[in-house]
Amino acid sequence: MATRTRAQFRRPTVSAALIFSLPKLGFYFFRRWPIISLIILGALLFFGIFAGAVSPYDPIKQDLRLRNAPPRFQDQAFYDEKSPDKRYLLGGDHVGRDVFSRIVHGARISLVLTSVALATGIVVGVALGLVSGYFGGLVDEIIMRLVDVWFALPFLLLAMVSVIVFGASFNLVLGLLALLAWSGFVRNVRAEVLSLKERDYVAIAKVAGAPYSRIIMRHLLPGVFNTVLVIASLRVGNLILAEASLSFVGAGIPSPTPAWGVMISEAREYVQTAWWTIVYPGIAILLVVMSLNFLGDWMRDRFDPRLRQID
Amino acid sequence: MRTFIIRRLFATILSVIAATMIVFGISRAAGDPLLLYAKPGGYGVSPEQIEALEKKLGLDMPLAFQYVRWLGQLLRGDLGRTLLTETPVTKVISEKLGATFQLGFAAWLLASIVGIPLGVLSATKRGSAFDYAGRGLALMGQALPSFWVGIMFILLFSVQLGLLPVGTRGDLTGFPLAWKNVKYFILPSVTLAWGAAAGYMRITRSAMLEVLDSEFIKLARAKGVATRPIVWKHAFKNALIPPLTVSSLLMAGFITGSVVTEQVFAWPGLGRLAVRAVEDNDFPIMTAAALIFVLVFVTLNFITDLLYAVIDPRIRYS
Repeated sequence: MATRTRAQFRRPTVSAALIFSLPKLGFYFFRRWPIISLIILGALLFFGIFAGAVSPYDPIKQDLRLRNAPPRFQDQAFYDEKSPDKRYLLGGDHVGRDVFSRIVHGARISLVLTSVALATGIVVGVALGLVSGYFGGLVDEIIMRLVDVWFALPFLLLAMVSVIVFGASFNLVLGLLALLAWSGFVRNVRAEVLSLKERDYVAIAKVAGAPYSRIIMRHLLPGVFNTVLVIASLRVGNLILAEASLSFVGAGIPSPTPAWGVMISEAREYVQTAWWTIVYPGIAILLVVMSLNFLGDWMRDRFDPRLRQID
Repeated sequence: MRTFIIRRLFATILSVIAATMIVFGISRAAGDPLLLYAKPGGYGVSPEQIEALEKKLGLDMPLAFQYVRWLGQLLRGDLGRTLLTETPVTKVISEKLGATFQLGFAAWLLASIVGIPLGVLSATKRGSAFDYAGRGLALMGQALPSFWVGIMFILLFSVQLGLLPVGTRGDLTGFPLAWKNVKYFILPSVTLAWGAAAGYMRITRSAMLEVLDSEFIKLARAKGVATRPIVWKHAFKNALIPPLTVSSLLMAGFITGSVVTEQVFAWPGLGRLAVRAVEDNDFPIMTAAALIFVLVFVTLNFITDLLYAVIDPRIRYS
């Protein structure tokens, strides 16, 4: 058996290597192997669709016995004494609502908001991009200047102005997110169309007498599909964050509705006594947005490597 | 170059006009605009005040005239009075502007100091554990809502460890860089800077990778120049262009980002004023705050464009 000197025993090579390789491993699993992202997003989808069945309690009903109740696994004695029949998995918030049920219902809210906003954004953005790229000239100029102007405006502030005028509501947030979503598509779709329309098959379709509507719908639209898919997956995370920020500054979804941003905003004052009311919704946002970013990166590398930055 | 400047200036002015039109349009879109300022017959509102308001808004005129009139009042600095305290909006805003700029500048400094060197190191030690750790940090910065990060910082550093104050700006007396004053800036500016530092890092990293791959670096290497001068003298200077040009853009990002961060840390700035205006339904304040943010944002965008054109002449002709 080989003898070791003390110095060899002391060198923390193994543990240090393990700690420093953790981020690397994380990247490896998330990116090369998007299954983890897919599992997280699948869970989001599942919770969102079956929110009523999955959540153990009513997300809106208050129970003052369980104000700021700790998570179940942390403090069994609290529940044995106060409410043996009702035990909150991730604790209760400042009016005794179940944090876990609210997160599950929040998944539904995020899902509805982002999918509707994104769908609207895609339709409008892609249509403008197609028209702008195909026709060029004055139409192109006007649309592109519109996009420029839109990019140069601070979205959050204008959203806050409209909230004062119209009052905060679910539909207003939906509209605002749709307004945020469209502009990202126009430029990239336009750039794609500019190169696609020079292809031979488009020229042949033109010679064959196809009207421009047919050329755009049948020949150009399928060509931009990959770009749209990639941008959409990269935008969703932004939309979720924007919704949360809007809710946080009081310009989002009105209060009893369990959206993640609303939960964090409401629980802010109780952070010292009930950290779980803030930490868990935040982790939910982090997991979802990070999964979306990884999945988007993966899809970009897969479907549209031209959009890739040097990596 | 001159035509470029004129073009960009034109686009900038267009953005500002668009912003005023959006704000004006919103104010007129919700039925009776009078209701935004006062409710006829409401408590503490005299009929004379209503009449004066009607005259000021010019509600009997066509919409286009109302807009021009409103714009004229804006240009003269007449932003109206706040609904709650009836003080002139210009006064309220100017009191708050300084705090927001201080925070924005601190965050910008922090993000530049941290983000750019981190990007260089990440590029030169590509694929190392360091690279991945830095990119992980950047990724978190982009996936986490800043208000949540801020609250977590408060929980950790103020509540648990008791090292830093929970919020506010302090009273800012004595030597400006004394710990007594600086400690108030740490948590808010870190919160605000994290996302931007991530942006700097990504941009610097990809710029460095591109430059390090170019011919003149290969030549320097072939000549036997040591790695350190190659990285810091030859490559870094050229890779600095993209992060320099986005730096003013990121500063603009801070200005909107400050709305959220100021709310978390009870920072006495413009963003917090805007949030309070939403809570109080104070339309005059919100309008003014939004327009000032637009102005700063658009101006910084313009400066970015100019910087870009000065540094990289190809842009001017595109």
